[in-house]
Amino acid sequence: MEELNSLLHGFSVALTFHNLGFMVLGITLGILIGVLPGLGGANGIAILLPLTFSMDQTSAIIMLSCIYWGALFGGAITSILFNIPGEPWSVATTFDGFPLAQQGRAGAALTAAFTSSFVGAFFAVLLITFLAPLVAKFALKFGAPEMFAVQMLTFCSFVGMSKEPPAKTLAVMALGFALAAVGMDTVTGTLRMTFGQPELLKGFDFLIAVIGLFGIGEILLTMEEGLAFKGKSAKIQLNVVLQTWKELLRYWKTSIRSVLVGCWMGVTPGGATPASFMAYGLARRGAKDKDSFGKGNVEGVVAPETAAHAAGTSALLPMLTLGIPGSPTAAVLLGGLLIWGLQPGPLLFQEKPDFVWGLIASMYLGNLVGLFVVLTTVPWWAAILRIPFSVIGPVIIVICAIGAYTVHNSLFDVIMMLVFGVFGYLFKKLRYPLAPLVLALVLGDMAESSFRQSMLLSQGSLSIFWANPLVAGLMALSFLMLLWPIVPALKHYLRKHGN
Amino acid sequence: MERSEDAAAPGMSNRWPEILVALFLVIMGIIAITDSIRVGIGWEEGEGPQAGYFPFYIGCILLLSSGWVLLNAALKFGKPHPQFASWEELRSVMQMLVPLTIYIVAVVFLGLYLSSFILIAYFMKVHGKFGVIATALTSIGVPLAAFMLFERWFLVPLPKGPIEQMLGL
Repeated sequence: MEELNSLLHGFSVALTFHNLGFMVLGITLGILIGVLPGLGGANGIAILLPLTFSMDQTSAIIMLSCIYWGALFGGAITSILFNIPGEPWSVATTFDGFPLAQQGRAGAALTAAFTSSFVGAFFAVLLITFLAPLVAKFALKFGAPEMFAVQMLTFCSFVGMSKEPPAKTLAVMALGFALAAVGMDTVTGTLRMTFGQPELLKGFDFLIAVIGLFGIGEILLTMEEGLAFKGKSAKIQLNVVLQTWKELLRYWKTSIRSVLVGCWMGVTPGGATPASFMAYGLARRGAKDKDSFGKGNVEGVVAPETAAHAAGTSALLPMLTLGIPGSPTAAVLLGGLLIWGLQPGPLLFQEKPDFVWGLIASMYLGNLVGLFVVLTTVPWWAAILRIPFSVIGPVIIVICAIGAYTVHNSLFDVIMMLVFGVFGYLFKKLRYPLAPLVLALVLGDMAESSFRQSMLLSQGSLSIFWANPLVAGLMALSFLMLLWPIVPALKHYLRKHGN
Repeated sequence: MERSEDAAAPGMSNRWPEILVALFLVIMGIIAITDSIRVGIGWEEGEGPQAGYFPFYIGCILLLSSGWVLLNAALKFGKPHPQFASWEELRSVMQMLVPLTIYIVAVVFLGLYLSSFILIAYFMKVHGKFGVIATALTSIGVPLAAFMLFERWFLVPLPKGPIEQMLGL
């Protein structure tokens, strides 16, 4: 087994004292980010990214990905204890988690949530371990047209799978691409859409967009809800943990189902949030006592948490192998790799095996460390949430401003952060999805260059996109996804006119 | 989740926000298209696609999709709309947005440290009703911690203003 050898090697890279320290640090920061409103996985990592520029690449990615796991864990704490989802993917966890806490079973709910998160992530990492090298090897054969077709598929899936209106999804996506095009054209050196403004020369950095859209936007949304944190206190005793673990074994069917849903939604850019809702719905449909859902059923915590973590983790599979992130947070990690001069994609597996396998090994270790850290430190996080928003709010704004400034040491970026923040709020309120915007901003240049390379190969003929079965298949799938939202309308039309 | 205009709490309907945001996107689309035409959307002999080749189509997609949203919003103009937010909620948002905007302007002119101190102190005193000591400790402590962390340990300079210059930092 080639993968196992590589993985063992990866463990030897990740299992240094130094890197374990970064893991614990990352997990802790991540939980903090996940617990606090306004700081999520994506913008938390975006803010901390500049600090890692001076670090060793492998340690840096280990720390950043651990922040990601931490944020996934942290979201569950606020959902269960405070009925406030710290992250969108933990909304479904509140349905049964908070009632459990109200019944005095917070410990059981938290244990179930953390353990299921761990299980979901563990299976997703297994998937990455064995599937990623194959995908990477396969993708090595990809030329520019195939790469563009894969990117096309990513973006079309957003339109097809998004719960938001398709026209709005398409609009924000195009806005992301347009913003990515601002600045100097990398091929010809022509200035595009800069209008003589020197600040626009370097274009819009997606990190600023992420900090604004998710950070400032989220703060404004939090203000709107007028948050008064009234939470349940929590202590987790060892016997509660053991008891809950025993109980969890009974829900193995739900776990497997949720893992499958999560992995699928993570690899295709469906994301953790729809995955968690879908898994919750499936668990409820499959359960014998449907009525107990929503009133404090442990199974209702297991399903969304397993799926969210499986999705969050497997979103890294296309990021590593194809250079296409499955979620905004994965997009920020991808941006980090690009800044470090690492081009994610099939070649990464050949050129930087230490880095790739170190990262994969750290996913196993990071989640294990995370489970331990989160189970032992819950009371502290609950205490942090009792700090009033009148303190946390301005402090988070200061952190966001510092984060936005340090990306390029530019005050213009701080102003842009505010602009993105206001739009983040408006977009959220008007049901424009944010993830496609961020992904388009990250992948814009890449998609453009693969499109232009394809055009060069074919001397300007679009026929290159159906020149071989692979690229034609990918393109056909893309268009299917793109037109998917029309299907229900078409059905409706046919039914009306059929009768 | 969606409430009609005559729901319990009075508020703003999303008629105008919907139209204005769509209009903004339409304008962005037009900017992308016109600027792409300026730099050339055609084929440069011997070089390949010109710089505006790709953004031109992006602009078209943006214009078409946001135009569609705008059209739908315009067609539904007279009908009852779901609520954007209640006045009460909007007031809360403004309580954050106004100081936030002033803060960003202040960062540009006064530097980050002094502005952060003022922002945190303002929120704690006005909205949190904290005592002087707690307010002072937090509002001085956070910028100070940022200073130590960034300027001293990570050697990343943060924006400074006249006060820091006077202190010779």
